[in-house]
Amino acid sequence: MANVKVLVAKPGLDGHDRGAKVVARALRDAGFEVIYTGIRLTPEQIAEAALQDDVQVVALSLLSGAHNTLFPACVELLKAKGLEDVLVIGGGVIPDADIPGLKAAGVAEVFTPGTPTSNIVDFINANVK
Amino acid sequence: MEIVDKLLAHSRLALSKAITAVENEYDDAVKIMTEIYPHTGNAYVIGITGPPGAGKSTLTDKLAKEYRKRGKTVGIVAIDPTSPYSGGAILGDRIRMMDLMADEGIFVRSMATRGSLGGLSQKAGDAVKLMDAFGMDVVIVETVGVGQSEVDIVKTADTTMVVVIPGMGDDIQAIKAGVLEIGDLFTINKADREGTDKLNIEIEMMLELNPEHVGWRPPINRTVASKGEGIEAVVDSIEAHKAYLIDSGRLAEIRKARIKNEVTAMLNDRVNRYIDKEVVSTDAFDELVVKMQNREIEPYSVVDDIVGKVLK
Ligand SMILES: Nc1nc2c(ncn2[C@@H]2O[C@H](COP(=O)(O)OP(=O)(O)OP(=O)(O)O)[C@@H](O)[C@H]2O)c(=O)[nH]1
Ligand SMILES: [Mg+2]
Repeated sequence: MANVKVLVAKPGLDGHDRGAKVVARALRDAGFEVIYTGIRLTPEQIAEAALQDDVQVVALSLLSGAHNTLFPACVELLKAKGLEDVLVIGGGVIPDADIPGLKAAGVAEVFTPGTPTSNIVDFINANVK
Repeated sequence: MEIVDKLLAHSRLALSKAITAVENEYDDAVKIMTEIYPHTGNAYVIGITGPPGAGKSTLTDKLAKEYRKRGKTVGIVAIDPTSPYSGGAILGDRIRMMDLMADEGIFVRSMATRGSLGGLSQKAGDAVKLMDAFGMDVVIVETVGVGQSEVDIVKTADTTMVVVIPGMGDDIQAIKAGVLEIGDLFTINKADREGTDKLNIEIEMMLELNPEHVGWRPPINRTVASKGEGIEAVVDSIEAHKAYLIDSGRLAEIRKARIKNEVTAMLNDRVNRYIDKEVVSTDAFDELVVKMQNREIEPYSVVDDIVGKVLK
C-alpha cells in the first residue's frame, strides 16, 4: 500500500498551468498519488508542501525561463529540510544548453515540450526511491 | 522510538514520516501510535464536509488563518478520493492552502482514500492523533461529503461543519440523507451567489424537523470563502459549539463513544485478518466448502465449530 506520491508544482511567475495539469492527470492515470499545488509558487512553499506530504517525487514545471535559478533553489531547500531522497524532475520550455547545469544542480531529469507523458511515468518508476 | 521523540520535539519531518508510516501500514506504525497515544487528547477536532467544489478547502484555509490570529496552532488533514480506475489520485486541496506553507504553526497533510474506506477512517484518525501529539491546538479534517464512509470520517470530529452552496437545485435533497444530519453547524459558502436566502430557509426547515439536536441548535453562517468574508463568525460558532459540548458534558461523552468505536473497529479488523489468514485461506477450509457444496455438511455447525475454536 505504499503508493508513490508526486508533488506537481509551478514555481515562478508564469500563470499557464495547462501543461502541469496534463502531467498531473497522466500521473494519476498511471496510479500515482498526485498533489497538485498550482501556480506562482516560491521554492519555499514547494519544499514545505513536499515535506508535509512526504512525497517521493517533486515535478516542477516552468515556462517563464527562470528555471536556472528556481529549479536548483527547490533542490537546495528540499535538502535543507532533510528530504535528500526526493526525486526532482523538471519540465517546460528549457533550452538543451541548460540541461547539463540543471542536472549538476540535482534535477534528475528534464522533460521538454512534446515529451510523451509515458516517458515521465517510466522515468519515475525507474528512479523513485 | 527516535521518530516519536523527534515528533514530540516538534520535528515537522518526523511528523510527516510518522503519518506516512500509518498511511502505508509500515511495520513500526503500531509502535509509533502506541508511544504517541499518551500525548493525545488535547487537540480540538473539526470536521468539514460538503459536496465537491463547495469551497471546503478555501474555507479550511481561511479558518486556519483565523485560528492562527487567535493564537492557536492548526493541523489539517485533507482527504480526496482515489480513482477507482488507476488507483491513483489527484489531491487538489492543498492548492487552496499554499500560503499556509510559510507558517510553522500549521501542518497540512493530503490523504487519498485508497480503496479501503474503512481503513481510511482509522488512518485519518491516526493522522489526527499524530498532529495532536505534535501539539496542534486545532485539527481540521476535510472530506467530500458523498458517502457513508466520508461521513464516518467526519464523525471522528468534535464539531462537524457541513458546507453547502446555493444553486445546487435539488441537490439539497440528495445530501439531506446522511450528511446534513451530522452538521453541528452549517455554512452556506458562495453566499455571493443567487439562491442563498432560499437555501438558508431550506436548511432551517430541515433543522426544524430534526429532533436530534436537543440543547444545541446548529447555527447557519454565510461565507464568501474566496474573499474571506464571514470567517470570524464561523470560528465563533465553532467555539460556541465547543463551549456547549464542554458545559453540557457532551464532549466527554462523544469522546468516550469515539474511543469505543475506534477500539471496536480495531478489534474487528484484527479478528477479520486472523480469520482470513488462519481459517479462510487454509486447504482445510476449502475442503469444508466443497463438502457444503455437495450438501454433505451444512454451514451453520461449521461456523459454530470454527467460532468455538477461534474465539474461545
Ligand atoms: N464565487 C465563489 N467561489 C468560491 C467561494 N469559495 C470558494 N470558491 C471557489 O470554488 C472553487 C472550489 O473551491 P475549493 O475550496 O477547492 O472547494 P472544495 O469543496 O474544497 O473542493 P473539493 O475538495 O474538490 O470537493 C474554487 O475555484 C474556489 O475559488 C465563494 O465563496 N464564492
Ligand atoms: Mg477540497
